[in-house]
Amino acid sequence: MAELRALVGVKRVIDFAVKIRVKPDKSGVVTDGVKHSMNPFCEIAVEEAVRLKEKKLVKEVIAVSCGPSQCQETIRTALAMGADRGIHVEVPAAEAERLGPLQVARVLAKLAEKEKVNLVLLGKQAIDDDCNQTGQMTAGLLDWPQGTFASQVTLEGDKLKVEREIDGGLETIRLKLPAVVTADLRLNEPRYATLPNIMGAEVQSLGTGLQLELPWARLGEAERGLRQPLSQSSHVQKAKKKKIEVIKAGDLGVDLTSKISVVSVEDPPQRTAGVKVETTEDLVAKLREVGRI
Amino acid sequence: MWCGYRNLGVRLGRLCSSLLAPANTRHRSLTTCIDPSMGLNEEQKEFQKVAFDFAAREMAPNMAEWDQKEVFPVDVMRKAAQLGFGGVYVRTDVGGSGLSRLDTSVIFEALATGCTSTTAYISIHNMCAWMIDSFGSDEQRHKFCPPLCTMEKFASYCLTEPGSGSDAASLLTSAKRHGDHYILNGSKAFISGGGESDIYIVMCRTGGPGPKGISCIVVEKGTPGLSFGKKEKKVGWNSQPTRAVIFEDCAVPVAHRIGSEGQGFLIAMKGLNGGRINIASCSLGAAHASIILTRDHLKVRKQFGAPLANNQICNQALQMHGGYGYLKDYAVQQYMRDSRVHQILEGSNEVMRMLISRSLLQE
Repeated sequence: MAELRALVGVKRVIDFAVKIRVKPDKSGVVTDGVKHSMNPFCEIAVEEAVRLKEKKLVKEVIAVSCGPSQCQETIRTALAMGADRGIHVEVPAAEAERLGPLQVARVLAKLAEKEKVNLVLLGKQAIDDDCNQTGQMTAGLLDWPQGTFASQVTLEGDKLKVEREIDGGLETIRLKLPAVVTADLRLNEPRYATLPNIMGAEVQSLGTGLQLELPWARLGEAERGLRQPLSQSSHVQKAKKKKIEVIKAGDLGVDLTSKISVVSVEDPPQRTAGVKVETTEDLVAKLREVGRI
Repeated sequence: MWCGYRNLGVRLGRLCSSLLAPANTRHRSLTTCIDPSMGLNEEQKEFQKVAFDFAAREMAPNMAEWDQKEVFPVDVMRKAAQLGFGGVYVRTDVGGSGLSRLDTSVIFEALATGCTSTTAYISIHNMCAWMIDSFGSDEQRHKFCPPLCTMEKFASYCLTEPGSGSDAASLLTSAKRHGDHYILNGSKAFISGGGESDIYIVMCRTGGPGPKGISCIVVEKGTPGLSFGKKEKKVGWNSQPTRAVIFEDCAVPVAHRIGSEGQGFLIAMKGLNGGRINIASCSLGAAHASIILTRDHLKVRKQFGAPLANNQICNQALQMHGGYGYLKDYAVQQYMRDSRVHQILEGSNEVMRMLISRSLLQE
């Protein structure tokens, strides 16, 4: 049954534990020197894709990220979790700041067609912009069915049963493949990357043919003394060399222009003191005064 | 936006409630100026990330309980081994992760923020696995290393004796050859993992006095003549048992000798060369975690109407916590207690200074 191929989108966001600071010019938040990591919902999406692969329902998991070169760190994490290969859609830093869900959805839709995948798995939203739009837009552009806020995904023949967490409770729907699914919190608990998996990832840039050396090759003679040389160690062949392909949005024929521009970013207002009232009549009068009733 | 996160909720809950319940609730450092990932390459940042995540999720919530109840956290350590932490710098053909010493330091430093005592034991275990990997025959490597790398079996390093600590070469445990066995007699003191470990790497005297008469032999738990003393009550390092290891006419196959006769002291010292770097890394991890705790505390604690962060009173983290620092409810004291022994073992500070000065004076 392992005919399915999955495309998983991963976004590099400011780490959830960081205290966010607004830039003095109010153009955005401070990102320089700030710790970034994979969006937590994207982690859940990667985990689901890898689990489907382990159940032999999916043959190949491709991780994709759009943005500047640092996105490759995020793709590498996906590879270390078990994705088979990565695609980095390179967008220079300045332009990347203006990337919104619609632009990313256009890229994902094009890639889904190019890579002939049957399943696009995304996080339900990113923790930096909280848009909750990319999955839906991607499905719209591809004219594929969508199962958003998924808390359970089951493959039934050529259909996907998706249990969704909605305001009213749990909704179960059946989608015909190919489809787009966005992951909600309770879909799964993502695994840790293992050291051998981390070492398996290697970057190859399409254009320049640049190839990073394997970790062992970087060591000096002294350290290598206690380790078998590359050519002799049979284990080197076993370690997967996972590739990250680097392409430009232009190569996909995708227009990244946005009709949205950020006017200003500000801190939420400081909480001001409340007012204590003595009686119910006072309370009603106060509420009327401020126009609440 | 923050409500409803599940496993994240645990971490975020810690963030929010770090003001209310200081022990077991802290997040890793993301401050730029002491960002521990500075200067690391891509892969090392990945290792570090996994180690930090593991420390925060699997170790930190339990470190106080492990300390109080003196729990040897076998399950959590085996989970760590599944990620490759059982034989970090052991060669891959026997189940190790094949990383460099620097990679290893990065990993232990990060793990130590979760529980310094447990990480220190993991580093000792790694040191033992490495000794067999580096100096053992192929047969010995393939026999002993794989179960150590998965932590199916645990290892202990046995050098110190009641009469020889820093003066290790004067050890007395004897190993007399009888046919294809050595008969061991003597005892080792302060052995980490003693009584729990399955594999004991024992430095013993097969020849004359001094370092050249010492050999390194693997003794398996359950060997007749091998017994253990009582579990010691320690100030820190309580998540690893410490016991005397006693040999009474204990017969061990000659095939268990690692390296050649007389090579044992060299093997032991080479092991410690790596081991002490690991211990230092654990100290750094403990220091790092303490700084974060202190930073959080200083922002909250007000005296004389202003947050303590406004008064640079002194350097030491526990001191900065004031009286609270002395309470077991606050994690900072455990980091202090656990790392105190790092000044004593795997090369006491005095011996280290002596080696440093000797090295400098040679230049």
